[in-house]
Amino acid sequence: MRLIFITLLALMIAAGVGVGATWMTATRGTDLGTLTIGAWTARPKTGTADVDPYSRASIARSGELPVGTGDGVAFSATRDDRKRTLDGRCDVVISGVTPAARFWTLTLYDQKGHLVANSLQRYGFTSQEIIRGADGAFEIRVASRSRAGNWLPTGGIERYALMLRLYDTPVGVATRTQRDAPMPSIATVGCP
Amino acid sequence: MIRLLFTIVAGVLLGAIVHLVSVLALPRIATQDAYSRLTPMTKLNAVAALPVAAPSNEPMPFMDPAFAMAICRYDLSGGSLKLSVPVSQAYTSVSFYTRNDVAYYAINDRSAGRKVIELDLMTEAQHAELPEDEDITAADRLIIDSPTNTGLIVLKALAPEPGLMPQAQASLAASSCKLQTEAPAKQAEAPRPKR
Repeated sequence: MRLIFITLLALMIAAGVGVGATWMTATRGTDLGTLTIGAWTARPKTGTADVDPYSRASIARSGELPVGTGDGVAFSATRDDRKRTLDGRCDVVISGVTPAARFWTLTLYDQKGHLVANSLQRYGFTSQEIIRGADGAFEIRVASRSRAGNWLPTGGIERYALMLRLYDTPVGVATRTQRDAPMPSIATVGCP
Repeated sequence: MIRLLFTIVAGVLLGAIVHLVSVLALPRIATQDAYSRLTPMTKLNAVAALPVAAPSNEPMPFMDPAFAMAICRYDLSGGSLKLSVPVSQAYTSVSFYTRNDVAYYAINDRSAGRKVIELDLMTEAQHAELPEDEDITAADRLIIDSPTNTGLIVLKALAPEPGLMPQAQASLAASSCKLQTEAPAKQAEAPRPKR
């Protein structure tokens, strides 16, 4: 009787620990092969055949298709430069320059990776439609209400993620630091 | 007491094994992965255009709304595949994914270096069966080895401004992906001069 109880307990712990750890790593991701520059993180290896098992699991779970390395690289951000979570009710400014790339796109998603509906039908910017300063730097305002210049609407959702995708770029598996890839800064400038 | 401690240690160790096995198994058992999501809306060994990503109409999460996309879902068990994608004005890329959504190859219009991206996709076994001289005549055709029999080819064309989306879609609509049923027939037509 006691043996049965102990075996059952061990199996329950095993199931809890095992499935729990898998769920955690598949939803939140791991730090394996992560490239972090400022507030942005990328996993360049997910676009190659030697993608790590944890990334494979999270890709299979979410149902996305990773950007292939010969195509480009995707950086995502869910927090600003001061580690504050991006809030759709606040004004967030993305400014600076981007790494060398033929094209880039910046897109706003909700936490599940869906686009956020808005009356302008603007879900992001491409490098060609953005308004730049004389020095080539740009400033994008992410806010729920309309703003002058490059306004990216949030639809007022609480949390969102930004994704900067660089296409045809030297940035990739070999990139290590800000010097190789100068990423734009993200700053929360005001909350109602 | 010792027995309880032993139980917990054994449970955690077993749990680690469960974790590793489930992480490795997840790509195989996932029912909502990209390939499964795209299967009902694509055709086998033919190009099918995807609708432009919009909030109510997204086949997959994290789609780039600035791109026109088309999918060729392939099955190489009947022979190798011939793919040709005309280059759009801004940026065009072709990415290859296995059945389990691993991106094993991607190429863009600049690295392809011509007006039409032309590729042959085959399994490693089919590649090995190619006659030697075939490889030479095929020197100007890129041959890609697919690690799996089935998979996805994703064709993307960028619309740098929303107004250019119809052009990007039109350039993808002119692309083709066809199974080559007979290998010898290909050998006969391969030396045909290209323009």
